[in-house]
Amino acid sequence: MRLGQEQVSMVMVSSDQELDEVPVNPQLDPDSASWLQWLADTGPRRESALAELHAMLVRAARREVARRGPHQQITGPELEDLAYQAAGDALLAITRKIGQFRGESRFTTWAYKFVVFEVSAKIGRHFWRNPARSLDAEDWDRLPDRFGFDPARESEWRDLFGAVRRAVQTELTPRQREIFVAIVLNDVPLDALVVKLGSNRNAIYKMLFDARRKLRADLVANGYLNDEESRRS
Amino acid sequence: MNGWTSLDRFLRTDPRDVGCSEAVALLHVYVDLVAAGAAAQERYPGIAAHLRACGPCGEDFEGLLAIVQGTGQS
Repeated sequence: MRLGQEQVSMVMVSSDQELDEVPVNPQLDPDSASWLQWLADTGPRRESALAELHAMLVRAARREVARRGPHQQITGPELEDLAYQAAGDALLAITRKIGQFRGESRFTTWAYKFVVFEVSAKIGRHFWRNPARSLDAEDWDRLPDRFGFDPARESEWRDLFGAVRRAVQTELTPRQREIFVAIVLNDVPLDALVVKLGSNRNAIYKMLFDARRKLRADLVANGYLNDEESRRS
Repeated sequence: MNGWTSLDRFLRTDPRDVGCSEAVALLHVYVDLVAAGAAAQERYPGIAAHLRACGPCGEDFEGLLAIVQGTGQS
């Protein structure tokens, strides 16, 4: 779906109340102050500002999708659609939340942040379009390769990964284990897991953070890793 | 980097890490500081620690910085 002129106009109408209440911080840089004034205005000046902001967001979204696209196997029209959807949703979020802009950064940096988040979220959802994706598999054999262990030196690290697998089973909660297996073993991007589990990025990251801390403590306690920076070669 | 170091770095957690919510809330401020060549890491060590450890937030940081620098805003 593309956000056309009609939808830009809808943004104008639906956000009148919020925009009128935005106080302009006198410490703002001139560009940011101008944006806030234009967006708080009524009539053609605000319509023009919304159209310009939308065009800027589309360019930023294209750039960001193209930057991430090669790793996500998103190309051609699909990439362009994703960029337009991200820009449209970002514009809606910006107009809803503009009262939260406190002038701690340039207005455009704050606005671009929304388009980056929209691209992240949409790419996370895109991951599950491949029907081969699954959370069920536990491919423990891939783990040494993921961390760059040399297969020719398996005798040196075989016990370590046996200990990692045991610690995952005994030290982690079922939810921590599920998240560790999905992200570390099955290579599911964190944002894609957020979508699958109906959670949020912070909650999943915190689960993984706690899992990492527990696993490392166990491996240190059992002599597989040093308490200080590992110096094994 | 060998496998032992790679695994150790992945499992090592930084107590200063502020988590995704706080990093996301201030990402635009952090990016403007970085783009301006200011000492963002010293001013926000918890965000710096988080961006090093969290792949998605690190990716958002890289993307926002690239957009800001690419538009000649910095």
